[in-house]
Amino acid sequence: MAKINPKKTPMIEQTAQERVKNFKEVPFGYSEEQAVEEAKRCLQCKKPFCVAGCPVEIDIPGFIKAIAEKDFKNAIKILKKKNVLPAICGRVCPQEDQCEKECVLSKKMEPVGIGRLERFAADWEAASGETDIPEKHVLTGKRVAVVGAGPAGLVFAGDMAQLGHEVTLFEALHKAGGVLVYGIPEFRLPKAIVQREIEYIEKLGVKLITSFVVGNTQTIDELLKEYDAIFIGTGAGLPWFMNLPGENLNGIYSANEYLVRSNLMKAYLFPEYDTPIVKGKQVATIGGGNVAMDSARTALRLGADKSMIIYRRSKTEMPARIEEIHHAEEERIQFEFLTLPVKYYGDENGWVKEMECLRMELGEPDASGRRRPITIPNSEFRIPVDTVVVAIGQSPNPLIPQTTPDLQVGKHGNIIADEKTGRTSKKGVFAGGDIVTGAATVILAMGAGRIAAKSCHEYLKTGIW
Amino acid sequence: MVKISKTQELAQNIKLFEFDSPLIARKAQPGQFVVLRINEPGERIPLTIADAKKEEGVLVIVFQEVGKSTRLLGTLKAGDTIMDLIGPLGKASEIEKFGTVVCVAGGVGTPEIFPVARALKQAGNRIISIVGARNKELLIMQEEMQSVSDELYITTDDGSYGRKGLVIDELKRLINENVKIDKVFAVGPVIMMKAVSETTRPFNIATVVSLNPIMLDATGMCGVCRVEIDGETKFACVDGPEFDGHKVNFDSLMARLKTYIREEKESMQLFSKHTHSCTCGGK
Ligand SMILES: Cc1cc2nc3c(=O)[nH]c(=O)nc-3n(C[C@H](O)[C@H](O)[C@H](O)COP(=O)(O)OP(=O)(O)OC[C@H]3O[C@@H](n4cnc5c(N)ncnc54)[C@H](O)[C@@H]3O)c2cc1C
Ligand SMILES: Cc1cc2nc3c(=O)[nH]c(=O)nc-3n(C[C@H](O)[C@H](O)[C@H](O)COP(=O)(O)OP(=O)(O)OC[C@H]3O[C@@H](n4cnc5c(N)ncnc54)[C@H](O)[C@@H]3O)c2cc1C
Ligand code: SF4
Ligand code: FES
Repeated sequence: MAKINPKKTPMIEQTAQERVKNFKEVPFGYSEEQAVEEAKRCLQCKKPFCVAGCPVEIDIPGFIKAIAEKDFKNAIKILKKKNVLPAICGRVCPQEDQCEKECVLSKKMEPVGIGRLERFAADWEAASGETDIPEKHVLTGKRVAVVGAGPAGLVFAGDMAQLGHEVTLFEALHKAGGVLVYGIPEFRLPKAIVQREIEYIEKLGVKLITSFVVGNTQTIDELLKEYDAIFIGTGAGLPWFMNLPGENLNGIYSANEYLVRSNLMKAYLFPEYDTPIVKGKQVATIGGGNVAMDSARTALRLGADKSMIIYRRSKTEMPARIEEIHHAEEERIQFEFLTLPVKYYGDENGWVKEMECLRMELGEPDASGRRRPITIPNSEFRIPVDTVVVAIGQSPNPLIPQTTPDLQVGKHGNIIADEKTGRTSKKGVFAGGDIVTGAATVILAMGAGRIAAKSCHEYLKTGIW
Repeated sequence: MVKISKTQELAQNIKLFEFDSPLIARKAQPGQFVVLRINEPGERIPLTIADAKKEEGVLVIVFQEVGKSTRLLGTLKAGDTIMDLIGPLGKASEIEKFGTVVCVAGGVGTPEIFPVARALKQAGNRIISIVGARNKELLIMQEEMQSVSDELYITTDDGSYGRKGLVIDELKRLINENVKIDKVFAVGPVIMMKAVSETTRPFNIATVVSLNPIMLDATGMCGVCRVEIDGETKFACVDGPEFDGHKVNFDSLMARLKTYIREEKESMQLFSKHTHSCTCGGK
C-alpha cells in the first residue's frame, strides 16, 4: 500500500489579501481529482471511530469509498441517508471536535478531510443538477405545523413531509433558514446553498409561510386547533449584553444585529439595499466563538482598518471552529486574549470612542473544565474603538413560552423536551434545536429535528402521548 | 405579498394605507405595531396599527414621509403589493378604567393614539385629548379624535387653528386648573414625550409614552431597539413600545435615533435622483 500523505489534500482558497475585500466564499472546494486523492487517504477501518464521533452517524467510510471509486452519485446517496443538508454541514460542522477528532489517522497525522469530502459530494450533486426527489409516502391526512425554519425545523419538516403528513412551516423572519441565513456570513456559507436546500424541502411538499410570528400572529394554542401536532424549533435568538456602563452608546451592536444587518438585510450592499450598517474603522468584537469570528471577519470586509477579538480566556479555550480561527488569523484579525471589557466611553454625540478593559489570568478549571479567568487588579487599559460587537452568547427567545402558559421551560428559558423523543410537557407539541439545548450546533439541531419527526410520526399513528 | 386596498392622503406627506391582512387585523390590539418591507432590497420599518377592521380583515396604518422607505411607500397605489407585513408586534396598551385620562398627541402621534383613546373610552374613562400640529394643514384625524373624546383641545405652532402654542401648554393649563388627571398617554416626537413626562412628574401623574427607537426584526432578537428604563436596558419591540414616561432615558433614545443620519441622507438623495429622472420608484 502506498504511503499515506500525512497532510490533508489542501483546498484552494482565496488569498487573505483578496478575500477581505469581498464577501465571496473563502475556500473553492475540491476538484474531482483532489477529492479522490483525499478519499484514498482513508484506511476504510473495520471499526470506524469517525462514525461514532458523528452526531448523526453518517456511514463515513462508505461515502468516502464511493468518492475514491469516483461513484459520486452513490457518495451523496449514502450521505443523505443520515444528513439531509450535507452541503451545509460540510462547511460549518466543527469536524475537529467530531468525526475528524476520532479518525485513527489523527493520532499520527492530519485526519481524513471528512468535512471537505462531504462538501465536495454535496456540491457535485448540485452542479450535476440531478437531485433525486424521494418518493412520497401515502398521505396520512394529518396536519403538522413547524415553528421556525432553522436547521431543526427544516429537517423536521422535510422528514414529516416524506412520511406523508401535510406540513406547514412558519417563520418569523421574511426568509427561511434561521442562523444559516441571518447569522453565518456569505463568505462562510453562500446563501444560494441554503436557498437550494429550502427549495428542496418545499419540493417535498412543505408549505412555507414567512413573516409569521408564532405567539403574535397566532399562538401555539390557536395553531393546535388546526394542526394535529406542532414542532417548535425557534432557536436561541435572544442576544446577551454585558450590562456595562455605556453599552447603549451608538456604534455598539449585538452580534445578532450586526450579522442580521449584513447577512439577512445585505447592508454590505448599501445603498443598493436600504438597510444601513456602521462601517467602523476600529472594530472590537467581544467573544471567542463562531459568532465572534463571523462578526470580526465581517467588520474587515466592511472596510475596518483594524478588527479585534477581545476574549477573556486564552486561545486554547476558544470555542470557534479551528478552521475559522485560522482564517481569522490569516486575515490579520488582532486577538486580545485574557482581556475583559468593563466600561465604554462616548463622545459628545453619544458615539462610542473608547473601551476600558482589564487583563485576566487563568486560574483553576471551572464547571466547563476550562481554566477560569480571573481579573488582575489595577490592570485597566483603554482601547480606541468606533464600533463594538458584543458576541458573548444568546439564549432562547421567550416569545413562545410567554404565550404558551402550559409549556414547561427551564431556568434559562429553554423549552424542556425529552432528548429521545422531542416531546414537551404539552400534548402534541414537540421541540428541538437551540430552543431546547441553548446555543449549540447545526448538526445537533438537525439531529433533534430528525428524532422529533420519528416520535411525532409515531404519535400521529397511535395518538399515544 | 400583501395587497394595499386603499390609500388616502391625509395631509401633505401624511398618508393612510389599508392592507388586506385578515390574520394580523384579527389579533391587533391598541398600542401594537407592524413591521413592513416594501421590496427585496427594502428595509424593515415599524409602523403603528392605527386601526384594525376585524370583519373585513383590513389593517390601517398612517405614516409620514420622512425618508427613503416612507417616501417609496407613499408612491404606491391601491392594488399594489408590498413584500412583507409582520405583526401584530409589541405589547398591547394597558386598558383599564383609570378615571380621567389625558391623551396627548403630536404629528403622526394622533393616528397612533387614536385606537388607544377609543379603547380607553370604551373602558369607561373620561377622555381629554390634546392634539397638536405645526399648522392647520397638517392637522389630521380631528373628527376621529373628537368621536372618542369628552373634551378635545387642538394646538398649532403658528396659531392657524385651535390655540397657538404647543400641546404641552394645554397640558400645563389643565394641571394648573386643577383638573383631576388619573393618567396621561403621550404619543409623538421624542422631545414632546419627554416634555410631557417632565411636566407630569412633579404632580405624580402616571404617564405612559410610546417609544419609537430604530428597529430591525422587532421580535426581540437584535437589541437595536434597546432603551433605558429606570437604569435598566429593555427591548422596546417586545417589552414595549409603551413605557412609564417618568423612567425613560429620553436623551439616550434621541442619540440612538441619530445613528444612521448620514446613511439616511445618502439613501434619500439617491432616491430623489431616481424619482426625478425615471419612474422606477427607486427600486
Ligand atoms: C453567527 C453564528 C455562527 C454560527 N456558526 C456555526 C458553525 O460554524 N457551526 C455550527 O455547527 N453551528 C454554528 N452556529 C450555531 C448554529 O447555527 C445553531 O446551533 C443552529 O442554527 C440552531 O438551529 P435551530 O434550528 O435550533 O435554530 P435557528 O437556526 O436559530 O432557527 C430558528 C428559527 O426560528 C425562527 N423563529 C424564532 N421565533 C419564532 C417565532 N415565534 N415564530 C416563528 N419563527 C420563529 C427564527 O427566526 C429562526 O429562523 C452559529 C450560530 C451563529 C449565530
Ligand atoms: C414602534 C414604532 C411605531 C412607529 N409608528 C409610526 C407610525 O405610525 N407612523 C409613522 O409615520 N412613523 C412611525 N414610526 C417611525 C417610522 O418607523 C420611521 O419614520 C421610518 O422607519 C423611517 O424610515 P425612512 O426610510 O422613511 O426614513 P429614514 O430617513 O430612514 O429615517 C428617518 C428617521 O426615522 C427613524 N428611523 C429610521 N429607520 C428606522 C427604523 N428601522 N425603525 C424605526 N425608526 C427608524 C430615525 O430616527 C431616522 O432618523 C414608528 C416607529 C416605531 C419604532
Ligand atoms: S476513522 Fe478516519 S480512516 Fe477510519 S474510516 Fe473514518 S475517516 Fe477513514
Ligand atoms: S428590534 Fe430587534 S430586538 Fe427589538
